[in-house]
Amino acid sequence: MDYQWDFATLWQYRYLLLEGLAYTAGFTVLTVVSGVVVGTIFALARLSGLRVVTVPVMAVVELFRCTPVLVQLVWCYYALPMLTGVEISPPMAAFLTLTLYGAAFYSEIIRGGIVSIDIGQWDAGRAIGMRRGQLMGKIILPQALRRMVPPLVNQSVLQLKNTSLLSVLAVPDLLYQGQLVTSATYRPLETYTLIAAIYLAVLFPLTRTAHWLEDRNKA
Amino acid sequence: MTYQPNSDLRNHRSPLMDKDLMIEVVGLKKSFGPLEVLRDINLIVPRGHVVALIGPSGSGKSTLLRSLNLLCLPDAGYVAIGDHKMDFSAGNVSLRDRDLAAFRANTGMVFQNFNLFPHMNVVENVMVGPVTVLKQDKKSARERAIELLSKVGLADRAEAHPEQLSGGQKQRVAIARALAMNPDVMLFDEATSALDPALVGEVLAVIRQLAEQGMTMILVTHEMAFARDVADTVIFMKDGYVVEAGDARQVINQPREAATREFLSHFHGGLA
Repeated sequence: MDYQWDFATLWQYRYLLLEGLAYTAGFTVLTVVSGVVVGTIFALARLSGLRVVTVPVMAVVELFRCTPVLVQLVWCYYALPMLTGVEISPPMAAFLTLTLYGAAFYSEIIRGGIVSIDIGQWDAGRAIGMRRGQLMGKIILPQALRRMVPPLVNQSVLQLKNTSLLSVLAVPDLLYQGQLVTSATYRPLETYTLIAAIYLAVLFPLTRTAHWLEDRNKA
Repeated sequence: MTYQPNSDLRNHRSPLMDKDLMIEVVGLKKSFGPLEVLRDINLIVPRGHVVALIGPSGSGKSTLLRSLNLLCLPDAGYVAIGDHKMDFSAGNVSLRDRDLAAFRANTGMVFQNFNLFPHMNVVENVMVGPVTVLKQDKKSARERAIELLSKVGLADRAEAHPEQLSGGQKQRVAIARALAMNPDVMLFDEATSALDPALVGEVLAVIRQLAEQGMTMILVTHEMAFARDVADTVIFMKDGYVVEAGDARQVINQPREAATREFLSHFHGGLA
């Protein structure tokens, strides 16, 4: 194969790609935060044991866990407005979908972390007169968080990768900008290789961190 | 009041002034599903008395103990410890987190499996109750914690983490943690059952010392000789009932009820 590699052409599009990276990173951070917040609410709702809360929350969690995020994204952007009569922008649809999708998985991680704490810890905290919030804050969550962090980081890595799906709604994330660059340069090989390399450069340190945290917890 | 305490315990009551009464339980009932674990338990414990609860497993003794600090919520009955009272009679059960917590703060409990907080070192385990619940400042809580740790012989392990301690040491930390709340009553739920035989003695020594200092205590225990020698009263439970209750030496050495005799016959090796 005598293909003439030419990464140099891409240099002039660096700001376009940087902007894409900023969108990707921004959407990731935003939906990780909102996903963890909503996920925590879901987890606590499920732990409440009140059927009026647990049943609908379980339904939402399973709905988002058992359908592809691309389907959710498209449904939320094209179908939801027909149902509600309210138009939403692509970034808004993307934000809503990724938040709930993330929350569905985060809630299971958070709930799992909390219920994995030995019942004796609850007994001991209650026995010294701790109230529910004190028990959660001082005894249960500090122990549960250590167990939750590695899977939360892993889930957040997936969350970042899922932002590449936003390109189908023309949200200008890294992949979408890559498509623009490709159509301008006719250099898909260099462009998409570069895009993949950027994802790798961002995600590899994150997955290493997750590994490191797991090892540290085992020790 | 419409209740009939068990005859042996009622005798304790009449001469007592209320200030001498530390624990009062009336008509306590608890079921887990169809299983009746406690059936109409009545109990009176004067201040400074040590009561040993004995009986076969499944007899309800741990459930009774856990009902005394409301870790287990009774279905019916009345529980009073010191100035704290809880009435579980029908329709009266709006249990607020705050009230339960205040009630529990007044009793110390020591568990079979220690249940130390693994993310805190020894002194933090002892301090966390006073600092979080009683809002003591950290400095005085730490001083008091060290004092209690010396009392159980572990002042030199204050900065150690629970996983670095032996079972006996863990249990002594757990006792210090419970004492840090200045409870009216200490409850021991098979505190030596999970220990190597060689480590039982050091924990029993601490409990004995507390008894000598006048702490009101209820112990669920399988250490019959210890129950006989340290407790004032021994209560034998079976199938959710109090079968026999009375003077510790009498119940252990000359039980009146056949069921008590039968139960104790398994222990004669350990009673010498």
